[in-house]
Amino acid sequence: MPGRMSEDSRHEQRVPVLQIVVVGLIASALGIAAGLAIDWFPESASTQAGPVDHLYDVLIWSSVPIFVLVTVVVLFSAWKFRMRPGEEGLDGPPMHGNTRLEVIWTAVPAVILVLLCSYAWIVLNDIEEAQANEMRINVVGQQFAWTFEYPQRDGKPIKSTQLYLPKDQPVRFHVKALDVIHDFWVPAFRMKIDAVPGIETRYRVTPDRLGTFPVVGAELCGLGHAVMRSSARVVTPAEFDTWREEQGAPATATEGGEVDPAEQLFAEGNGAATACGSCHTLGDADTQGQAGPDLDETLPGKDAAYIRESIVRPDAEITPGFQRGIMPKNYGDTLSDEELQALVTYLGKVAGK
Amino acid sequence: MVAKLRAPGMIRAALGTLVGIALSYVIIIIMRSWYDLDPVIDGFAVLELALFLAPVGFLIGLGAFDYWFYWASGRKTRPEDHSGHGAYSWRDYFRVNTDHKVIGIQYVVTSFFFFFVGGLFAMLMRAELAQPGRQFVDPNTFNGLFSVHASLLIFVFIIPVFAGLANYVLPLMIGAPDMAFPRLNALSFWMLPLGGIMMLLSFFAPGGSFASGWTAYAPLSVTAPEGQVFFTIGVQFAGASSIATALNFLVTIITMRAPGMSFFRMPLLVWANFSTSLLVVIATPFVAVSQIMVLFDRSLGFNFFDATGRGDVLMYQHIFWFYSHPAVYIMMLPGFGIISEILAVKSRKPIFGYRMMAFSLLAIVVLGFTVWAHHMFVSGMQDWIRIPMMITTAIIAVPTGIKVFSWLATLWRGVLHMDTPMLFALGFITMFTLGGISGVMLAIIPVTIHVSDTYFIVAHIHYVLFGGSLMTIFAGVYYWFPKMTGRMYDERLGKLHFWTTFIFFNATFAPMHLIGIQGMPRRVADYAEQWAGWNLAMSIMSFFLGISALIFAYNMIASWRGGPRAESNPWRALTLEWQVSSPPPIFNFDTIPTVVGGPYEYGVPGAVHGVLKGAEVPEPAGATASGAGQGSPAGRRSARDEE
Repeated sequence: MPGRMSEDSRHEQRVPVLQIVVVGLIASALGIAAGLAIDWFPESASTQAGPVDHLYDVLIWSSVPIFVLVTVVVLFSAWKFRMRPGEEGLDGPPMHGNTRLEVIWTAVPAVILVLLCSYAWIVLNDIEEAQANEMRINVVGQQFAWTFEYPQRDGKPIKSTQLYLPKDQPVRFHVKALDVIHDFWVPAFRMKIDAVPGIETRYRVTPDRLGTFPVVGAELCGLGHAVMRSSARVVTPAEFDTWREEQGAPATATEGGEVDPAEQLFAEGNGAATACGSCHTLGDADTQGQAGPDLDETLPGKDAAYIRESIVRPDAEITPGFQRGIMPKNYGDTLSDEELQALVTYLGKVAGK
Repeated sequence: MVAKLRAPGMIRAALGTLVGIALSYVIIIIMRSWYDLDPVIDGFAVLELALFLAPVGFLIGLGAFDYWFYWASGRKTRPEDHSGHGAYSWRDYFRVNTDHKVIGIQYVVTSFFFFFVGGLFAMLMRAELAQPGRQFVDPNTFNGLFSVHASLLIFVFIIPVFAGLANYVLPLMIGAPDMAFPRLNALSFWMLPLGGIMMLLSFFAPGGSFASGWTAYAPLSVTAPEGQVFFTIGVQFAGASSIATALNFLVTIITMRAPGMSFFRMPLLVWANFSTSLLVVIATPFVAVSQIMVLFDRSLGFNFFDATGRGDVLMYQHIFWFYSHPAVYIMMLPGFGIISEILAVKSRKPIFGYRMMAFSLLAIVVLGFTVWAHHMFVSGMQDWIRIPMMITTAIIAVPTGIKVFSWLATLWRGVLHMDTPMLFALGFITMFTLGGISGVMLAIIPVTIHVSDTYFIVAHIHYVLFGGSLMTIFAGVYYWFPKMTGRMYDERLGKLHFWTTFIFFNATFAPMHLIGIQGMPRRVADYAEQWAGWNLAMSIMSFFLGISALIFAYNMIASWRGGPRAESNPWRALTLEWQVSSPPPIFNFDTIPTVVGGPYEYGVPGAVHGVLKGAEVPEPAGATASGAGQGSPAGRRSARDEE
């Protein structure tokens, strides 16, 4: 085995443990400061957001020193214990272990982790706690849109493709899926849950900030996954009541005017049926959906019978380059006969332009 | 010509493939006419059957089953003449070869082929993601790219490349002439390219490749176009390959250790593969069955996962993750082994806390089976399951932490040789620590509720699998390159490869933590404008990361062809694979070596790990008395039985 000529001198050199500790502390302080300074989370808009964000800060506090410890030891070793010319035949000291050290680095992380888990459990109970006077909203996911249903004490629930929430009112979402798994996520609320076919999932939030926040479909659900977005509007309770009354009023009362109601139906849907425009591009209705065929290209020259068939039985004929089974087959049910007729007339008009 | 068709080889394999396809037609026609189904030939039905039968036909044609068929048909036993052993020309790498060293190289080269293909797909994705909106791939192709990228790199790169490296060095390390079942070993290898090629072929399927992610969640995968079955069935072959190899490793490690090599004198790479193989044989059948159930749902109208037919959607996720979480450790433990080898040799010190290193591997094996549902915190499963899963997930960081701290202690006061394998090993320790930290964050339920299905997950998995597993793979390939090829690699290119990889890896993946928490979902071809800047930066960095992989490819190919000859033991290592020539002789050892001490006794005066000439067995007091080198009576006894 290799000689030990310069070994003794090498091993007698003192390791400046104190300096390493000081460097490590400074690096940890800087790392924690940076970690806390970074604006990690999106704007918060629910009472649930605060505890989650705070928990994340605690995780920064506890993880930065561990990373710094590992990095400092690696860098120091690479710098100080590097083999220097003339030491090619040298070996290190035969240290096989140290029971006390090994007990420490088993026990200390275990204690830290148990403490973190306990704190996480407290936060979890906090953000999932039932509130008095919760408002129930049914959330229905389907390829590739969300529908929000507000049960009414009397009669049909209000359906909307946009989520309206009154500020400071605890809400309980009951989430369902019609086809595949989706995921209902409002980043500003910090909460999400999968919409699973066959079961109903739930979570609670209490919105506490006025504004419009993105709703994201987080679980891969097929071709239109990236476009499965909507928005959540947190409004004052008064505004919410006005909106609710408008929605509850008979459909004929919705604004007439210059906009063709069928065009509006195409672009925004009717609450139950997903808007055509969320998957189809159509210049006339100003939509840019990309999951389905571009109607500016495929629509011209088509007659009313073909258009009706394409809406009600979408798989009867498939545009080359697209797949069967992507477009919902339930438009025959979700659109009323009048709506369907209006849509066919409108699209026939666009096709003839 | 007839003789060529009768002899095992590529020509007969092509014929076997055709026979498999023809047989699929025949069976489908018979079955469908029996049931009066119209039309009698159903293209998809034939395709699905052919995806099973054609590869089997290929394997039979190639000769993977010849010996077994011969034996099973009751003919006179044929004495083994070792004609299928060893490689004398490049052609020997394209046949059924029973030499573990040939198979090791077959594995490593094949899996690196899929590594470069999978990496290319990543480049295409980053090109699409450089700007929001849609540039040059449609959503279907994009979903296909990330699905195939992940499937290739998980199932036919990381898992098998570790099996390949271990296939080469593990029998040498324990002083065995080969693996326990050389013919099974050959079969395991040849199933691997079949699985990978099948996944690639899916791009030619009507409706495009499978596009439901590598997780293939039902019911999306059940209703997806036909390309999905290329994944469903490809996984069967990759999985069968990995189960057979794991079985082979277990039997080899348990029964074929050289005399004197007790369990606690085994190098940690052997321990790591022992642990990994336990995980593989227990867990892999679960992923196979999850995909078979998807196939039955799709093709035969079963409704395991169809909620409208009393099926259970969440059941898929439980079965899938019961494999796929242990799979994370299948992709990591062999890397732990590689790092332990390299750190001891390159620091010229014994591994600190050898026994705890071995026990922590076993602890990870056990705990690894108790954490799967942390992938399902937002899946809608029963709320209470989340708490125990959070605790076990956090606690599994303890044995992992033991390993990291023991590696650091191994470095301490060593004589560090800062060459390419060592740089990758040190890079691994720091990057894997980051991946581990984000892993602990993901155990914390309230945080996971917010970040699941976002780029935070993408960042985490790449810190674990790229910063973790891939770094150890690079380290291992450089470390054993002289042994496997008999040549030295170019050290300067190796260092360049390390620094470019390390820098551009971080530049590519670190920002993903941030944009994930900010709310960018994963698996999207299009994203909100606010993340345009970060994505463009990450895309540019990823292209440099791609170029760094080309440096590696050039170094490997050029050095293999014309690098300087390697000595038998360029690293002055003690483990047995370095005590034979580079590359090793065809049957590894002229005489079975005798092991007389621990594998990492660097710095112990006069320490010896193994003695190649079986005759004199010196027992230097310093070697056996110190730490890990205790030969237990049980180990000696099993070793004697081996003789």
